[in-house]
Amino acid sequence: MNLETIKSELEAAVPGCRLELVANPSPSGQHSLRIDAAHAVAVAVCLRDAPGLRFDLCSNVTGIDWPGKQTTEKVKLRKLVDGTQQEVEELRTTTTPGSLEVVYHLFSIEKKHGPIVLRMSTQDRDANAHLPSLTPVWRSAELQEREIFDLFGVVFDGHPDLRRLLMWDEFVDHPMRRDYVGPDDYEYEPTAHDEVLRRANQHLSEAAAKLPSEAVGNQQSETDGNRLSEGGGR
Amino acid sequence: MITDASPAAQPELEPLSETSEEQLLEIAMGPQHPSTHGVFRMNVVLDGEHVVRLKPVFGYLHRNHEKIAESETYLGSMPYTDRLDYMCPITNNWAYALAVEKLAGIQVPERAEYLRVIVGELTRLQNHACLIGFLMQDMGSSGTPLMYAFREREKILDLFESLTGARMMCNYMRFGGCRVDMPAGWLEQAQNVVREFPRFLDEYENLLVSNEILMERTQGVGVLSKELAINAGMSGPMARASGVNYDIRKVDKYSIYERFAFRVPLGAHGDVYDRYMIRFLEMRESLKILNEAMRDIPAGPIVDPKMRIRGFRPKPGEAYGRIESPKGELGFYLISNGSLNPYRYRVRPPSLINLTVLEDLCIGQNVADVVAILGSVDIVLGEVDR
Repeated sequence: MNLETIKSELEAAVPGCRLELVANPSPSGQHSLRIDAAHAVAVAVCLRDAPGLRFDLCSNVTGIDWPGKQTTEKVKLRKLVDGTQQEVEELRTTTTPGSLEVVYHLFSIEKKHGPIVLRMSTQDRDANAHLPSLTPVWRSAELQEREIFDLFGVVFDGHPDLRRLLMWDEFVDHPMRRDYVGPDDYEYEPTAHDEVLRRANQHLSEAAAKLPSEAVGNQQSETDGNRLSEGGGR
Repeated sequence: MITDASPAAQPELEPLSETSEEQLLEIAMGPQHPSTHGVFRMNVVLDGEHVVRLKPVFGYLHRNHEKIAESETYLGSMPYTDRLDYMCPITNNWAYALAVEKLAGIQVPERAEYLRVIVGELTRLQNHACLIGFLMQDMGSSGTPLMYAFREREKILDLFESLTGARMMCNYMRFGGCRVDMPAGWLEQAQNVVREFPRFLDEYENLLVSNEILMERTQGVGVLSKELAINAGMSGPMARASGVNYDIRKVDKYSIYERFAFRVPLGAHGDVYDRYMIRFLEMRESLKILNEAMRDIPAGPIVDPKMRIRGFRPKPGEAYGRIESPKGELGFYLISNGSLNPYRYRVRPPSLINLTVLEDLCIGQNVADVVAILGSVDIVLGEVDR
């Protein structure tokens, strides 16, 4: 199926939707269609129900993290320096907010065609990481959107049961993000050794260094007492 | 002496209502329950014997396979895909290899395609045989059917061992082909196994298919409608038992599947019995494919000679590759940014997505049927939790 014709059909069926073709340079030739969050559900329903399209199987749903980029460039400015106009070079850093992208792979069981790839992006990676859920359109997105919420931190509005899927409920971070840093204390290690022992000790000394100076004296003995040793506790 | 206690003095008890919340019992099946095929928990709310709610709890085996693969080279993830669905390592290899081949536009030589089909269908045989055995085990026929299946699986694992060097963690596929060619005498050995297999199937079917207890336990239990199966993204035997005519081997015609004559069995009722019968029928079709593939396998190279395996960097782009694995649609979605490791690596796990409807199937059933329904979905926790 040609993506151009699908695009024009969708534009006719859903007035006001903003669609954009995203070319894929890979030999796979799987180009994708970027849809806007406001019309996502209407577009999805049209893709599923329109007699010529009938994409009834939403096979794969996944997230992609695009962290913000920090770019520094030299900018020439005219400024008043000591009362005279001078040309001054300044470093200016610009930060793009980055985004979280969600990708849907659709197939049609009835027409035996596909895949078409839908993409949706959030405005940023923090407070505005909201997207409409397509679970009401395709049930198959239910667990997969929960997984994206869990591992990437996209909040799907309209999802019937948005909870963490793989990590435990008390966990705070999103491990599939590019800037995720693993924890450096290993409380669950019953007898720390080797690399874990080294990192655990480093963590303890870092914690001691953060304390105010007079407290360190009191704290020192305690920290030493806490300091893990090979095979300690046996 | 008899004290006069009039019955009217006692407070009248509330009549027991059948659906009051106090009547409900919430139990956790798993993560240590033997029928959950691994570490999987279902929080089941029961009204007497009947299931009112069921919430699956995932993640006990989560090790963030995708994150690990994103910090690893393309080839470096190949052995790790074995550990997803550890019952069928070779089809996992195949799906990953197929996705990378789509991403980089690699052609696979003829002989390697035949080898892939042969090992892939052998994997399907042993997976389905064992699944039926596990299902019987879950329903209380302790031992015998499962051991029959394991006896056959052993023969197939022996074939894998002499071909790849490992019984389960095969690490067999490479981008653009297979890792090793078959050793001398392997094809005859495999042909023997395939020739003997129908006898085992006949014996197995005689033992089970018309068994009255089995029919009682499975017919009309856990019915999945065709509409829900499609909408909830069911794939593989799970979808076909509900009458969804969708086999990726037929639809995508990946590899060389269009050369083989085989049929796609479909179920009519979508209950546990259909899901289990469909595996019997699929094994018979797999045997047809195997016979043809072993007859026609040509000589030639097993890997594209121009393929550079070390320092492999696909051009920027993305690809989604999928195969019909024994459990369903196993897909890999890869994004390359031109570096040595994938920018995004995603596994589309059929086991997890087939569990979407678990609650719908179990509501209203007896708690003992939950075990049979879960068994008929065919999950492996290595793939569910990744």
